[in-house]
Amino acid sequence: MSNTLHVPTMAEFVAKGEKPEILFWVGCAGSFDDRAKKITKAFVQILNKANVSFAVLGSEEGCTGDPAKRAGNEFLFQMQAMTNIEVLDGYEVQRIVTHCPHCFNTIANEYPLLGGNYEVMHHTKFLKTLMEEGRLKVEGGKFKGKRITFHDPCYLGRANGEYEAPRDLLKKLEVELVEMRRCKSNALCCGAGGAQMFKEAEPGNKEINIERTEEAAGTEAEIIATGCPFCNTMMTDGVKGIKREGDMQVLDIVEMIANAEDL
Amino acid sequence: MQFIPNILFIIALVAGVGFFIRNSKKIIRNIKLGKKVDVSNNKKQRWNNTIRIALGQSKMVVRPIPGILHIFVYVGFIIINIEMLEIVIDGVFGTHRVLSFMGGFYDVLIASFEILALLVIVGVALFWTRRNIVHIKRFVMKEMKGWPKLDANLILYIEFVLMVLFLLMNATDYQLQLKGAEGYHVAGKFPISGMIAPWFENMSISSLIIFERSAWWLHILGVLVFLNYLYYSKHLHIILAFPNVYYGSVDPKGKFPILESVKKEVEMMMDPNADPFAAPAEDQGEEDSKFGASDVMDLTQAQLLNAYTCTECGRCTSVCPANITGKKLSPRKIMMDTRDRLEEVGKNIDANNGEFKPDDKQLLDDYISREELWACTTCNACVEACPVSINPMSIIMSMRQYLVLEESAAPAELNVAMSNIENNQAPWPYNQMDRLNWRDEK
Ligand code: SF4
Ligand code: SF4
Repeated sequence: MSNTLHVPTMAEFVAKGEKPEILFWVGCAGSFDDRAKKITKAFVQILNKANVSFAVLGSEEGCTGDPAKRAGNEFLFQMQAMTNIEVLDGYEVQRIVTHCPHCFNTIANEYPLLGGNYEVMHHTKFLKTLMEEGRLKVEGGKFKGKRITFHDPCYLGRANGEYEAPRDLLKKLEVELVEMRRCKSNALCCGAGGAQMFKEAEPGNKEINIERTEEAAGTEAEIIATGCPFCNTMMTDGVKGIKREGDMQVLDIVEMIANAEDL
Repeated sequence: MQFIPNILFIIALVAGVGFFIRNSKKIIRNIKLGKKVDVSNNKKQRWNNTIRIALGQSKMVVRPIPGILHIFVYVGFIIINIEMLEIVIDGVFGTHRVLSFMGGFYDVLIASFEILALLVIVGVALFWTRRNIVHIKRFVMKEMKGWPKLDANLILYIEFVLMVLFLLMNATDYQLQLKGAEGYHVAGKFPISGMIAPWFENMSISSLIIFERSAWWLHILGVLVFLNYLYYSKHLHIILAFPNVYYGSVDPKGKFPILESVKKEVEMMMDPNADPFAAPAEDQGEEDSKFGASDVMDLTQAQLLNAYTCTECGRCTSVCPANITGKKLSPRKIMMDTRDRLEEVGKNIDANNGEFKPDDKQLLDDYISREELWACTTCNACVEACPVSINPMSIIMSMRQYLVLEESAAPAELNVAMSNIENNQAPWPYNQMDRLNWRDEK
């Protein structure tokens, strides 16, 4: 990993009288969660390498309101949304890329209902576009031939019908992609959605992330690839829960692309 | 005297259809207790969905075995209903196989009805086995005990009996045609009942006629009874699946609707020019002042239509991550509870001259517990799985909104996360000013 990341803010762009190509929406997990911050950095590395002109909002970014909305707090959600829309519109933002499917879904689908209209992309889709435009080269390297399974995040897959972009990227990495029985539109949730991330689960006989991680382990994959910081946390905990942290890893696709060339 | 059967038939027909219309009106009235929904957008997509999902059964075949069996029964029932037209005309006018003037085409029709009837019998028998012998998990869960189980079996029994009567009627009719009985002119081809017709070879013409008439009458009366059974049964889906799919969402599944009443308040709060002391507009009406849903009247008409349409198949519950891991939540139960409560409210209205009298009960707590509501991950698996475009999650969401906005009754940990969002713009207790710290961390 190269150490110097170039991460300009929107405010800095405006001060220079310029506009970036895209706004990178980092999200709460991407900003504060130690594991997710690594995904954020991996994505920035790639943006830097592909010479994408981008900016972040930094301290002007606030929670999209997704967990509040799914918890039933429509009031708080709309307050968050309105505040963010004001900031985004203030900067005349048009294109947004994020590595969090929850932020993606909320801004793309629900902000328009409150007057915020942007072109929003999940990072896997954006990376695929970069690749197709020849701005980014994705190839096997370190992951070539490795047995990998992809866990579909609910808010990317079922919620928005995006199943192919992440798989296309994995193919470019020349991995051996093995699907779980429940995949794509039938994928099983990791257990984090609907604000479950922030509370204990209701009484039952198993944790959802354990059920899902066991299924992933059943494919004998070395790596569980995913595209959501919350899935990442749940699956990482799941791998620990079934005591497989020695031989199984959970990685975001963008981390795989960033790391493919190292070693 | 000679017209007595015709008159009896007309009475049965009018009574059967009349009772059905009466109950249908009740269903419509009950659904209208919910809030109006706007389905004027995306008409083309809606028709498309209706044709593909309701008529074309596209979601049923996701699970191939029950999917194909269901298509047997479904196509069988729809097509054989064409035969009902002839039965009604024959019944009213005392004719015999009035449509047989179509000649060769009539033969083809009758022959295909017979083959379909056999397929229905096969389908129904296998469905019965799946429910009662194989014990497929989604059919034996808690919420399926009692009436739902009996209902499912009754439907299968009735369909079985109707098809058998249909074939017996044809077999004896055919035998009478062969014997040249008066009033039984030769009409139709009978590939299936022709095989059982020899059983009746030695019967006298008069007993054959009694047999044939009995089968004919029992069949048509059975159909009328079945029509009226729908109202009490999950079998309503054979009609409601169509409007239900049309009314279903045409948006990405992740797009949850906005609460307009909240939007108005938030706009007021965010608008620096708004007069904070202005009285709320009077014309907003009472209903608007409640956020979310604690009872069926707070739900939308689409959600209530969903409840009546549910086939209790349990495909939703069998893919629900909460249910799979032993939580109380079952999306199918959410739909069944909503229908049960709606029925209860409907009966209350019937008993009180068209006015609902508060009964100290509601959908929340009396039917659906908070524990169920909080177990949902909003993963949309239930929505994806439902063969008739029902959205159990949307009812869960409406009820959560009530819990949070009206009762502030979210689980404590969620309250912590929400107050973090409110105060420092993230669900965790970090300062918004530190959002970019990762840039400089090693
Ligand atoms: S959305 Fe909720 S109810 Fe539906 S399957 Fe997912 S967890 Fe279960
Ligand atoms: S909601 Fe749909 S999937 Fe669930 S039981 Fe009813 S019909 Fe079946």
